[in-house]
Amino acid sequence: MLLSMNWISDYVDFTGLDKLELINKFSLSTAEVENEIFFKGSDINGIVCAEIKSVEDHPESRKLHLLKVDIGEDELVDVVCGAPNVRVGMKTAFAKLGAQIGDITIAPRKLAGYTSNGMCCSEKELGISDSNDGIMDLTDDIPLGTDLKTVYDIEDIIFEVDNKSLTNRPDLWGHYGIAREFAAIAGRELKPLDTADLSVYDDLEKVDVKIEDPLCQRYSSIKFEGISRHVSPVNMRIRLYYCGMRALNFLADITNYIMLEMGQPMHAFDARKLENIRIKRFDKPFTFKTLDGVERNIDENTLMICNGDTPVGIAGIMGGLDSEIVEDTSTLTLESATFDAVSIRKSTVRLAHRTDASMRYEKSLDPEMTTVAVARFVKLLKDADSQAKVVSALTDEYAFKYDKINLSFNKAFVNKYTGIDISNDTIVKTLTALGFGVELENDEFSVTVPSWRATKDVTIKADIIEEITRIYGYDNFDINTAKAPIYPVRPAVEKTDENRIKDILVKRYSMHELHSYVWAYYDEYKALGIEIEPNVELVNATNPNIKTIRRSIVPTQLCQVKYNTAYAPEFAVFEIGKVVNGYNEAGLCDEHKKLAITLYSKVADMETLYFRLRDILAVITDDIKHRPLTFEKAEATHSYQHPKNLNSIYCDGKLLGEMGIVNATVSKKIDKKANIVYAEIDVEAFASISNASIKYEAPSKFPEIEIDLSFVSNTFAPISKAISDANCALIKKVEVVDTYADENGKSITIRLLFSHPERTLTKEEVLDVVNGIAAALESQDIKLKNGVAL
Amino acid sequence: MTEKTTEVRQSFLAALEGVQNMDELEKIRVEYTGKKGYVTELMKEMKSLSNEEKKAFGQAVNVLKNEINELITAKREELRQKEIELENSRMPEFDISVPADLKRGSYHPITLVQRQCEEIFRSMGFAVEDYSEVVTDYECFEALNIPKDHPARDMQDTYYLDNGQLLKSHTSAAQNAIYKKYKDTLVNEGKPIKAIFPGRCFRNEATDACHENTFFQMEGVMVDRDISISNLIFFMKTMLSEVFQKDIKVRLRPGFFPFVEPGFELDISCLICGGEGCPSCKHSGWLELCPCGMIHPEVLKAGGIDPEEYTGFAFGLGLTRLAMMKYGVKDIRDLNSGSLKTLSQFTDDK
Repeated sequence: MLLSMNWISDYVDFTGLDKLELINKFSLSTAEVENEIFFKGSDINGIVCAEIKSVEDHPESRKLHLLKVDIGEDELVDVVCGAPNVRVGMKTAFAKLGAQIGDITIAPRKLAGYTSNGMCCSEKELGISDSNDGIMDLTDDIPLGTDLKTVYDIEDIIFEVDNKSLTNRPDLWGHYGIAREFAAIAGRELKPLDTADLSVYDDLEKVDVKIEDPLCQRYSSIKFEGISRHVSPVNMRIRLYYCGMRALNFLADITNYIMLEMGQPMHAFDARKLENIRIKRFDKPFTFKTLDGVERNIDENTLMICNGDTPVGIAGIMGGLDSEIVEDTSTLTLESATFDAVSIRKSTVRLAHRTDASMRYEKSLDPEMTTVAVARFVKLLKDADSQAKVVSALTDEYAFKYDKINLSFNKAFVNKYTGIDISNDTIVKTLTALGFGVELENDEFSVTVPSWRATKDVTIKADIIEEITRIYGYDNFDINTAKAPIYPVRPAVEKTDENRIKDILVKRYSMHELHSYVWAYYDEYKALGIEIEPNVELVNATNPNIKTIRRSIVPTQLCQVKYNTAYAPEFAVFEIGKVVNGYNEAGLCDEHKKLAITLYSKVADMETLYFRLRDILAVITDDIKHRPLTFEKAEATHSYQHPKNLNSIYCDGKLLGEMGIVNATVSKKIDKKANIVYAEIDVEAFASISNASIKYEAPSKFPEIEIDLSFVSNTFAPISKAISDANCALIKKVEVVDTYADENGKSITIRLLFSHPERTLTKEEVLDVVNGIAAALESQDIKLKNGVAL
Repeated sequence: MTEKTTEVRQSFLAALEGVQNMDELEKIRVEYTGKKGYVTELMKEMKSLSNEEKKAFGQAVNVLKNEINELITAKREELRQKEIELENSRMPEFDISVPADLKRGSYHPITLVQRQCEEIFRSMGFAVEDYSEVVTDYECFEALNIPKDHPARDMQDTYYLDNGQLLKSHTSAAQNAIYKKYKDTLVNEGKPIKAIFPGRCFRNEATDACHENTFFQMEGVMVDRDISISNLIFFMKTMLSEVFQKDIKVRLRPGFFPFVEPGFELDISCLICGGEGCPSCKHSGWLELCPCGMIHPEVLKAGGIDPEEYTGFAFGLGLTRLAMMKYGVKDIRDLNSGSLKTLSQFTDDK
């Protein structure tokens, strides 16, 4: 919202104060002011009122005229002028020799053979409107030669406040409310609004108004006749223009002027089109043409202003085309109303049409303002148009009143909340300046919230704290640490585990951490031949490509691998992120945190890559939990899984996740020559595994015995089981030293290390253990291939 | 007979002179002191000598034998030394100037910034909490004093799911759970609630260089008997000075957020110009960094905490924005791009 410092100065006397400094304070105490401040008219100088005394056609130009102009000096001035609207007797804005307009300094200038000693100016040239149709037509009674800057508010400081910072302040949507803030900040008085006394019309007939819907809170109206003025006073037009609004016609301009001044939107109806004002909603949808000429769909939730049963305006948003003020309008019915804020906002969204009025109504305007605005309108209208006549009494339907809000608190509360000592005197002064009623007795405050802050903005004691502190100034606060006691903070296991996993993967295995989205990108999945599995869906995604939430990070990670195939012949990526696995029993999303790892290689063969991944997983659990992993063959159920070598991962009896090879149909689409393996681990399950403590054992001083055994077996698992079943404390280490396959099948050579902490082992006791293991395996048809070498 | 020993000695010395390597040395060792060597042969000649001669000759041969052995040992040592020197000299000079092969992995920049922030807050006694990405309407809005008709709840801003839940649009969605988790120790044991909760947030909007639908925030709260605005400013200034590792000036402006009262927009002095004004702060000298405020009484109440007894502050820090500022990332979409060319550059940064 653009704000005029001249306008604000109508209500606060800033004499002796630095206005820019005040604007900066306003930004820190009230609402954010944009950086750029506009100094309007500061580059316009030497423009005076002049009268055109004669007009002659230029002999060689169709457009140009030769003028003699009276600027209140002894001699007339010769001017060459190209404006189409020049006429004898016309008074206009004239830039004298030496005058300044922007970067231009006016000097005698030859135009098609004739010298022009100055320039007649259009409003656009003076920067006070968009109008460039011709030179400015001055109708006010101004002595010739008068500097126009002394008559009109050409010079002004305009600043912009971010609308977003005003969402909770309905009172700041007009200059008067802003002026109240400036008055409080500057410690100056706020002058009252200049309004007409409407009680003089009390005997006149009222306008026929009926509120037939609770969405209308208050509807005030008054009627006028005999309006003769069509163009607004110059200063009014300048202010509207500087504040970003185009001047239209006199009546529309006053309504806009009051909206910008008080924040109260108004609507001027052509009284010929409006007899019985009814405010209501309709049972059935219909179309309605608003004054911008657009046909709009009105539904049963949209509040309408009607003439009887005929809609004439969308309440709080925009008037209708048929009842708008036109050239010959001389009778006028004025609307000054408030409506339910939420209803207006929702209608605005449905209609996809936001207006200056609806923007204000959305903020919950103060209904107390409607009649004051009418009184202000009457004042402005009659000041500018002496012919205009009020022909009705003030009509005021007041259906909904906000409750008065009184708040009580004491000085100790203010001290506790602020942490500093703000004096009672300052508190009273500040709140009073902002319009609050304040009573103070023995450190106990009793505060009445003014109506313009009581529609939703100020409701609790904490709100009062804000009023006090923002005007006090946060820059003036002493800042202190809290007195709160200190306790040790133990980091959560899951958080620590997550950090350690990341460190291992990055530092030890040179992996890259990536982030991917929580939803499936349909096109990317499709390109890789990965099926989108049914899951929780977004209901309002603007991008149709991302409707389904992912069940696993693996597919999104594979899409990222595809994107990076040119990065290097071999790389590894990981992510710790969220997935959703349908709903739980309560119907809520079953969300889980997962660690996903993918290894990609065009260098290593599949087996090497597969075991690389297996070992990484084993290192993670060994390092963080000091526990080994076990694996169980799993069945492929997802399109990206290879049917072979898919394993469930267990640790300490808990299922952690799975590791596998990417199905060839998918991996070929990523890269024809690459091997790709992946693993996914549930982070919560991982964190729930207790950390096995480190068991220290002093190395034995007695000789150790190493025994190599070869078994004919396809897998190591049964051998490992037989060894652990033997439950022998003497076995300190088990290694697989060789595997090979020949015509007799696959054999695995293991090496067992025996030792005793307190004595030398006997051959017999070691052989007993070995024979036991061999016998256990023999019973499963796993033969000891060759012997024991002691 | 001494001429004979002298003769053998002379010929040995001549032979030794010509020895170039261990093999040759071994050869002459055998030739002279081996079983059939010259020295041994000399010994054999003793048989034909008189006893007196035997003694003198024997001594002479022994002297010779010892001398030869010593010379051979010395020669061997000399050759060994030469061999080592030769081996040392054979070592090539390596080109140390070739680039190092770092084989380094990388952390996501959000992880780096998040860790830095967590570290700072942990050092000030804050617990680091985690929270889900899918939350209820109650957690995200209702419990935060965001009424049913607040524009923040409009469909266009929030991703709603088909079961009525939603993807959290701000980390504040965790506030209610945090209060409930810690309220008993606050009330019964007098332990203040001090927690931060970093997390991923979602907004239903079109993406461009400055907008992402998926981004990270970090929320922080502190609740105790007498937490004040003065404390809030202190903690924000201290925390931000640690984050940016220089003394940061902060400035508070009123800001409206339904879950705080009073609410603030916190600006910091521009990191580039220090407050003088430059293009990156649009010549204002300030950067708007994080919303904060005193926790709204209704929000405390919803968390089971009596606002008459306790007060607190809350703040939200944009981790994504912080990461972009810190590392000069211009396009927010780079962070979720999954591009290794981009992301592999972020090595550990403590």
